[in-house]
Amino acid sequence: MKNKSKAFKQSFTTYALVLAFYLVCEIWLKTGNMSSLMEGLLVPLCYYMILAVSLNIVVGISGELSLGHAGFMCVGAFTGAIFAVTAGAEMPEYLELFIAIILGAAVSAVFGFLIGIPVLRLRGDYLAIVTLAFGEIIKNVINTIYLGVDVEGMHITMKDALSLNLGEGGKTIIKGAQGITGLPRNANFTIGIILVFISLFIVLNLINSRQGRAIMAIRDNRIAAESIGLSVSKYKMMAFVISAALAGVAGVLYAHNLATLQATPKNFGYNMSIMILVFVVLGGIGNIKGSLIAAVILTILPEKLRFLSDYRMLIYAVVLIAMMLFNSAPKAVAFRERLVESISRKNKKEAKEEA
Amino acid sequence: MSSFITYLINGISLGSVYAIIALGYTMVYGIAKMLNFAHGDIIMVGGFTTYYIASVMGMPSAVGVLGAVVVCTALGVIIERIAYKPLREASSLSVLITAIGVSYFLQNAALIVFGADTKSFKSVIDIPSLSLMGGTVTVSGETMVTILSCIIILIGLTAFINKTKTGQAMLAVSEDKGAATLMGINVNRTIAVTFAIGSALAAVAGVLLCSSYPTLSSTTGAMPGIKAFVAAVFGGIGSIPGAMIGGIVLGIIENLSKAYISSQLSDAIVFAVLIIVLLVKPTGLMGKKIQEKV
Amino acid sequence: MSGADKNTSGNILLDVEKLGISFGGLKAVDNFNLKIEKGELYGLIGPNGAGKTTIFNLLTGVYKPDTGRIILDGADITGKPTIEINKAGIARTFQNIRLFSNLPVIDNVKAALHNHYRYGLIHGIFRTPLYYRTEKAMDEKAMEILKVFELDGVADYKASQLPYGRQRKLEIARAIATEPKLLLLDEPAAGMNPQETHELMETIKFVRDNFDTTILLIEHDMKLVSGICEKLTVLNFGRVLKQGETYDVLHDAEVIKAYLGD
Repeated sequence: MKNKSKAFKQSFTTYALVLAFYLVCEIWLKTGNMSSLMEGLLVPLCYYMILAVSLNIVVGISGELSLGHAGFMCVGAFTGAIFAVTAGAEMPEYLELFIAIILGAAVSAVFGFLIGIPVLRLRGDYLAIVTLAFGEIIKNVINTIYLGVDVEGMHITMKDALSLNLGEGGKTIIKGAQGITGLPRNANFTIGIILVFISLFIVLNLINSRQGRAIMAIRDNRIAAESIGLSVSKYKMMAFVISAALAGVAGVLYAHNLATLQATPKNFGYNMSIMILVFVVLGGIGNIKGSLIAAVILTILPEKLRFLSDYRMLIYAVVLIAMMLFNSAPKAVAFRERLVESISRKNKKEAKEEA
Repeated sequence: MSSFITYLINGISLGSVYAIIALGYTMVYGIAKMLNFAHGDIIMVGGFTTYYIASVMGMPSAVGVLGAVVVCTALGVIIERIAYKPLREASSLSVLITAIGVSYFLQNAALIVFGADTKSFKSVIDIPSLSLMGGTVTVSGETMVTILSCIIILIGLTAFINKTKTGQAMLAVSEDKGAATLMGINVNRTIAVTFAIGSALAAVAGVLLCSSYPTLSSTTGAMPGIKAFVAAVFGGIGSIPGAMIGGIVLGIIENLSKAYISSQLSDAIVFAVLIIVLLVKPTGLMGKKIQEKV
Repeated sequence: MSGADKNTSGNILLDVEKLGISFGGLKAVDNFNLKIEKGELYGLIGPNGAGKTTIFNLLTGVYKPDTGRIILDGADITGKPTIEINKAGIARTFQNIRLFSNLPVIDNVKAALHNHYRYGLIHGIFRTPLYYRTEKAMDEKAMEILKVFELDGVADYKASQLPYGRQRKLEIARAIATEPKLLLLDEPAAGMNPQETHELMETIKFVRDNFDTTILLIEHDMKLVSGICEKLTVLNFGRVLKQGETYDVLHDAEVIKAYLGD
């Protein structure tokens, strides 16, 4: 079937693109030509790609808007980091990272599920605002938490480190707004790329599965989808939870790339959620390959064009508005269709004349 | 007891600001069927306009307030014309993302224009505080003016909608855009008027907010804006008395939780309220159920 | 299905009793009764605003009735959610076409095969043999259905790219894919030219005969109604005006009056 081979080709080129990107960067790195600035961007590039792909599940495939993606990333990051400095501290590096990723994904998925219950049956606008609220809650709550461990087990308080009342040999894990220190920093570019591949594998296969079809059918027409027996809440939830889990994975990667993890407005705030949204919108809503490319370009470009750094957010805002107007305004769409038509007619005419 | 009453009154005052902002949200939502994410940032623009006119240029406060209303009204109409109107027939997802883009644009444009430092805002209200209960409870002039403004706005807006032709047109458009067009109502104009009124209210809210909490930065409007939306949802989106009640209840909840639970967690508590409302009564206190046509 | 066994009373597929719903005090449908036998091709007609689509919405669970019962093949489906009603055996089309417009034509049908061809999410993501087997079977089934509607040639087109008439056909194909006992068609010929309408009549008959289903349709095109419907119910102001064999109903004085006015 034609459309099957088309889907296969699209998945294949997406994988190939990531592989090519990896090889280019590795060669660049191994030959010693890469600047330290660029080198420092390699792991961030990976988690931005994962975040963009995962948000695209909600925005592109499911047609809802989540503004709390940074919140799920935050949950994953802290889950992974807590594991890294406790049980994972004694483990071999890769085993620790592996388990941290599984845990981060699972805990984020649980949060996604809990947030999804109240909002997924409601209008899309509510989902946007509740996820935004969730992101802020997570950040606020984590900043007030003190978590410690001693022989008696875990202690938690919202007061201060002393109130933990840790026994002999006890260790504070989360120190309120100061966050978690002493992280292993064992993430690297190869691991990042592997995670990008895993995310792509999950998302691309989901799109071409029975479940993905149901999610997209619901996106296109909820009432018609119900009329053919598709459960709207089940499949919206499925998309939301998978997306949250992948954002959690990105968070684990993020946390394992730092020595100290703190929840600040910069890393897990609204701005981060918007930045991920910009990746998705610029890359084309629902276009997985596009959001990867957008994530890479929008991460590298501002670093290369430092003089623009003050205007970076402003440019993001303009990109969002312009892309939406260009892609969704009925007049703009009609104009583009006319343009394409006139070009193809011209081409046909020329072809005829040549014949 | 007296401290509780102080917290309560301050809560009502903050809630009145939320209510005024929520009115703008709810009107735009009712009529244009869109969540105007940038509404909160108009508050910030209103605050800065007053700040520049009154504090920097040294003109009278009244001129500052008037200037804020004029600038915000114009801004609201321009935003609607440029960013939202072309998307009238587009999917709600596109409109929502565009609105977020506009909000983000206003915040970051303000950051560049006004700088990253937090400005201290000089209150525009010059009324002495009131002592109650033998001096144990003090009500500031700002608090009184805020609550009073809120009441006046509610009465004025209700009268406007029920008594004027434009108000009736707004009701008609919110019920059924197509039918309103057939009745000869200019839908585009009505939507523009709604944005103008909503933005003017946001300007007033901005001045009141900055007078009570005298700091000003590019993100001043973001949180109050989101909370006002929570208030609008709480009261039932599209309902004017609902927005009012929702705003005031939310203000009280926020102030009391700040006082008695945790100041860091008060935002989280407000959002938790939203989630609970959506779970228990998704249409809010006074909202109508919207039936999709099949 | 022969005429003889259609008249036996144990053959009732849909039994609607005293169905009613009001919107804000207005009785949109009132005391509506309807019995449809298995294999019948039944028409629901009436002037605009008579409540025809409202009845479809009640039958499919979009609206919950205020009064009355809906029995499908012996099972009470009154007030059940749309999804359950579809699983119980009712599928429909919509007056204003509702396709999955961004999905390929074939996926519109495959989405409707969802509850009949199953595999878990894990199979879908890891592409197990079950995934490939089931997808292949779905492709074959979907193509088989599309062929009936002469849509097999455009299976890979986006649904929104189809011309209007073919979009209507695709909606019927999608509904049929859920293997309904009862198929509800809401103005299937709306916006079609006489030639297309004629083809559609043939298709509807073919569907009834070959997919082992019963059809209830709303239509304004009297040529179509008199051409294929065996029985009719005429609705006026939310109430049944006349019920019976097509010829009798269409020649009833009251019905003619309702259509032509006083």
